[in-house]
Amino acid sequence: MTQELLAKAKGATDDRARTMIVDCDIHPAYTSQAEMLSYLPLRWRQHVQEFGLFSANPLMGALPYPRMNHGMRRDSYPAAGGPPASDLAFLQEQLLDAHGIEYGILQPLSPGHLMSNTALGVALCAGTNDWQIDKWTGPEPRLKGSLSVMQEDAQASVTEIQARANDRRFVQVAISPRTLEPAGRQRYWPIYEAAAHYDLPVAMHSAAFGSRANTGSGWASFYIEEHFAFSHAAQTALVSMIFEGVFDAFPHLKVVLVEGGFAWFPAMVWRLDREWERHRREVPHLKRRPSEYIRDHVWLTTQPVEEPPLSSQLDDILRWVGMDRLLFSTDYPHWDFDHPDYAFRLPLSPGDRALLLRENAVKLFRLDGASVERRGA
Amino acid sequence: MTDHVVCALSELPPGKAKRVMIGTRAIAVFNVDGKLSAIADRCPHEGASLSQGQVGGVIVSDRPGEYRVRTDMKMVRCPWHGWEFDMDTGKSWCDPARMKTRSFGVKICPGATLEEGSYSLEVFSVSLQDEYVVVTV
Repeated sequence: MTQELLAKAKGATDDRARTMIVDCDIHPAYTSQAEMLSYLPLRWRQHVQEFGLFSANPLMGALPYPRMNHGMRRDSYPAAGGPPASDLAFLQEQLLDAHGIEYGILQPLSPGHLMSNTALGVALCAGTNDWQIDKWTGPEPRLKGSLSVMQEDAQASVTEIQARANDRRFVQVAISPRTLEPAGRQRYWPIYEAAAHYDLPVAMHSAAFGSRANTGSGWASFYIEEHFAFSHAAQTALVSMIFEGVFDAFPHLKVVLVEGGFAWFPAMVWRLDREWERHRREVPHLKRRPSEYIRDHVWLTTQPVEEPPLSSQLDDILRWVGMDRLLFSTDYPHWDFDHPDYAFRLPLSPGDRALLLRENAVKLFRLDGASVERRGA
Repeated sequence: MTDHVVCALSELPPGKAKRVMIGTRAIAVFNVDGKLSAIADRCPHEGASLSQGQVGGVIVSDRPGEYRVRTDMKMVRCPWHGWEFDMDTGKSWCDPARMKTRSFGVKICPGATLEEGSYSLEVFSVSLQDEYVVVTV
């Protein structure tokens, strides 16, 4: 069915055999604050109208780091008006059809994750989830949603996951990696338990997003530092989860590190294993080597792709990370968009290309309709 | 090398850019304060359309806290990743040796002169009174 739709779609009509693509990082936007408010109960709608809102969305509120062109692709503003990625028809034309995208995973960057007022955050996340169904994944089956949950209120997060876990229009749970406490702490375990139970990967979108400062010594001065610091957020969250024992407690949990880069990843894994060999007695609750947890539990999205001076070096990096754990992503409509044909500046074998651009994501998110694996956590 | 009439000058007023096709080749034509330039309309990095980019001066600095914009040097910034290209040479600011796009000759010709040249006129009916943008490929 999807193949037929795509064959009709503009841009997919040429005869070249194209790898079908799963894009694991698309950022849909509210058309206006009024649209966002329409998904809140009256109590919170009035609150936002009276008190205002801090938001990770540059066109809805204040970003911690202003950036060129509000962080958007300059060609992504819909002719019909509204911010980039707020118009389904234009997103279909410019992204899904133009690049032959079979499935696109939404990362809505709900303002709910950032709220100090956690009750408001819970309401905003629920609204973001309803909105994903109404505006995106309902009308366009190629799009799949991320279940936004307010991670600082674990019980409310579990309630939200349970309420929607059987709706396959959602394929993962989304939390911010720059949590109030390190992500491995037990206060967050109910979220991991629920996600593992319903076989929903937990996505941590590192970029532009989180309650905490972006570096260990506070807020850096420039956006260029912020962009690099995405990798800090991903590393901090993952290392905490390993050493706190999250993966021992939830052996079926899957984690996706989104938009944090990946060249740092193999060096981190090598170092974690070495340190564990020497300091294992400090964390005797760990049953396995850090690299073994990572092998079974962790995936990474590819954007922003790494661009070493010699393109051939990218081949080494991809293999060190593992061709089976990388998930292609565009980050549409943001300025650092990666194009599926040009992002990897090296020749990939058809098999590797298929893994990166489609197969890994299809398997991880069960996009082929594989049955839900219900597991005790 | 052939001259191609790509549009009327009135379609490319100062401050505007336009994507034109010559055969299968996409070319970005810019009018910056009356001065025209033409480069391939495809960023060599990941393929974005440079005609969608913003044209601006180059910002320079000798030390933190001191900045100035060189308005004598204008560049187009790729609408995606912000690579800056010199619209005359097609070379990028940060990596001119490796990251560059092709540049083309471009001129303004009065309609009255177009009759005589060996122009490639594909879609235009030319008015003798108007001026036209001509790209050499």
